Amino acid sequence: MTNLAQDLLSSFVVREPQLNGGRNLSVAALRKQALDRFELTGFPSTKDEEWKYTNLKPVLKHDYKILLKSDDAVAFSDIKQFLLSDLDTYKLVFINGKYSSWLSETTHSEFDICTFAAALNKYPETIAEYLGKAAPKGETFVDLNTAFADDGAFIRVKNNQTVDKPIEVLYLTTEENGPSFSQVRNLIIVGQNAEVQIVERHQNLGSAVNFTNFVSEVFAAQDSRVSYYKIQNDAIHTSLVDNTHVLQERQSNVHVGTYSFGGKLVRNNLHFYSAGEHCESHMDGVTIIGDGQTVDHHTLVDHQEPNCYSRELYKGIYLGKGHGIFNGKVIVRQKAQKTNAFQQNDNILLSDKARIDAKPQLEIFADDVRCSHGCTIGQLDKNALFYLRSRGIPKSEAQGLMTYAFASDALEYVKIPQLATRLNRVIAEKLGINLEFAL
Amino acid sequence: MIKIKNLHARVEEKEILKGINLEIKPGEVHAIMGPNGSGKSTLSNVIAGREDYEVTGGSIDFEGADLLDLDPEERAHKGIFLSFQYPIEIPGVTVSNFIKTAINETRKGRGEEPMDAREMLSKMREKSALLEMDKSYLSRSLNEGFSGGEKKRNEIFQMAMLEPKLAILDETDSGLDIDALRIVANGVNKLRNANNAVLVITHYQRLLDHIEPDFVHVLYNGKIVKSGDKNLAIELEAKGYDWIKEENA
Repeated sequence: MTNLAQDLLSSFVVREPQLNGGRNLSVAALRKQALDRFELTGFPSTKDEEWKYTNLKPVLKHDYKILLKSDDAVAFSDIKQFLLSDLDTYKLVFINGKYSSWLSETTHSEFDICTFAAALNKYPETIAEYLGKAAPKGETFVDLNTAFADDGAFIRVKNNQTVDKPIEVLYLTTEENGPSFSQVRNLIIVGQNAEVQIVERHQNLGSAVNFTNFVSEVFAAQDSRVSYYKIQNDAIHTSLVDNTHVLQERQSNVHVGTYSFGGKLVRNNLHFYSAGEHCESHMDGVTIIGDGQTVDHHTLVDHQEPNCYSRELYKGIYLGKGHGIFNGKVIVRQKAQKTNAFQQNDNILLSDKARIDAKPQLEIFADDVRCSHGCTIGQLDKNALFYLRSRGIPKSEAQGLMTYAFASDALEYVKIPQLATRLNRVIAEKLGINLEFAL
Repeated sequence: MIKIKNLHARVEEKEILKGINLEIKPGEVHAIMGPNGSGKSTLSNVIAGREDYEVTGGSIDFEGADLLDLDPEERAHKGIFLSFQYPIEIPGVTVSNFIKTAINETRKGRGEEPMDAREMLSKMREKSALLEMDKSYLSRSLNEGFSGGEKKRNEIFQMAMLEPKLAILDETDSGLDIDALRIVANGVNKLRNANNAVLVITHYQRLLDHIEPDFVHVLYNGKIVKSGDKNLAIELEAKGYDWIKEENA
């Protein structure tokens, strides 16, 4: 067992009474059970099929501090660059896992945009009804998070409400003195025919190593519409395991976009469960990484009911020694007739040392379905390169422009124009090309 | 302007051009006609520098420079432009971003300053109007979802923006209806002057009704087998290519 696992287990006794919701019996029981499961499994290794290509050892080897303190020294000017500053938004900002009220803009007026810690006390029935109901028990990182996480974003939109502006969730760490391990958690409950847009980001402002284990549970009720964007552009000494689990009811439409440019190791466990008919599940992403970086997209779409549609499009560009992993699993249950599942994973390796491990997994138990999957690993199209060069654009710029075009294609579903522009800008910057972006 | 001497080229192991000789002077319009597979597109691609073709002999001199030594972008900087038979779609890159990049990279290649943003914009407006293109077209992704006619107009728009010395129109008339053909030809004619030249590659004569050539050459089996004035094109339209094939059998 790793040091981190041991430290966590031994700290739980001390930690438990301090954790929010300590007096809430159902949460306390959840925490204890989750910890017991974690004690049995420990952290996964590359011998585990689901972690075959992603080696956690270099991340787990640090001597992590697990009790983090809040930091009052962060000012708005320090974080402005991580927010959509040209747009009015609700903001939920957490520093070292603690809510930062002075940087946040929340509301309880029509919908609840507040903190998980507050909700544990304020809405114990809601918490009991939803917490842990989307994220599966028995997954190491989910269990670990359930045992320890005591704050994060709580978003609840009641039936027929549309949240009037996007919600930005920003998780900051500021540790300067030695490695830190953070665990934070979202609970997002979207009522019938309700609509919300969320932009989320983890950012390490400190010079010390940080490792974050994050869980986000999304409940999308009938006819609801959820747009959920994840910007992963963290510092190179920072790693993240993101466990996002989306439970969809009838005719809901959920899009999760994951844009990964930074960090040392990023593992995205993104799971969709379509538990009602006529759901639409969209997941897409752009990954551009280089030396010393690993991004692992592990997706699952579990089609449980008939007539649902899922669309999955991931584009990856790997420079230097960048390492990408794509594992896209689609389950179509026997009952889920007329499922239409689309999956596409396209990659470009821009260096001989870059690497991608791609694995589509389809498990289909129904007989009247349409499932397609494709995976490409390739170089840029020669004809297109010649076309650009024949217009006077030098080879390297032409390659940059085409790589940009390749990546930008996965941003089609981004509904917030300011965000789309910003992402396009980051992509252009990462690829070293000069473009003008007008809104 | 351009002197092509005894040019031989092949794709993989197949020899396609078998000794082309052609000289084009400023202000001239030349047309190259010929049956399918005669090497017309190969010639235009070799001039523009496509790497799939291997030049095995001969030379191309462009205003004193050895063109065969240059990369495609360097040829463009010298003033060569190829209007593609099948323009490529580049999703995510707008027409205006693309043309700005092309113009400023060309200027950079020539050691010139980038074009002033205002000048660029007004030029784009002027040239897109010349080709009767809607304003919204500048913010569309390059060739993505364009109709055949729009793609060809977009090629001529790029030509208008880049103002090449030698424009090669490779089967620009294919896939155009009569209105689009008129617009495209009108665009090309407006851009003609005493200092530039046009090489029209075409299977049919109909584009030549609108862009009147000074010289017409027939390419067959990798060689120019006949040259004449515009009447040769009319004769070919009337008689087809069989008599050319028979003469050169």
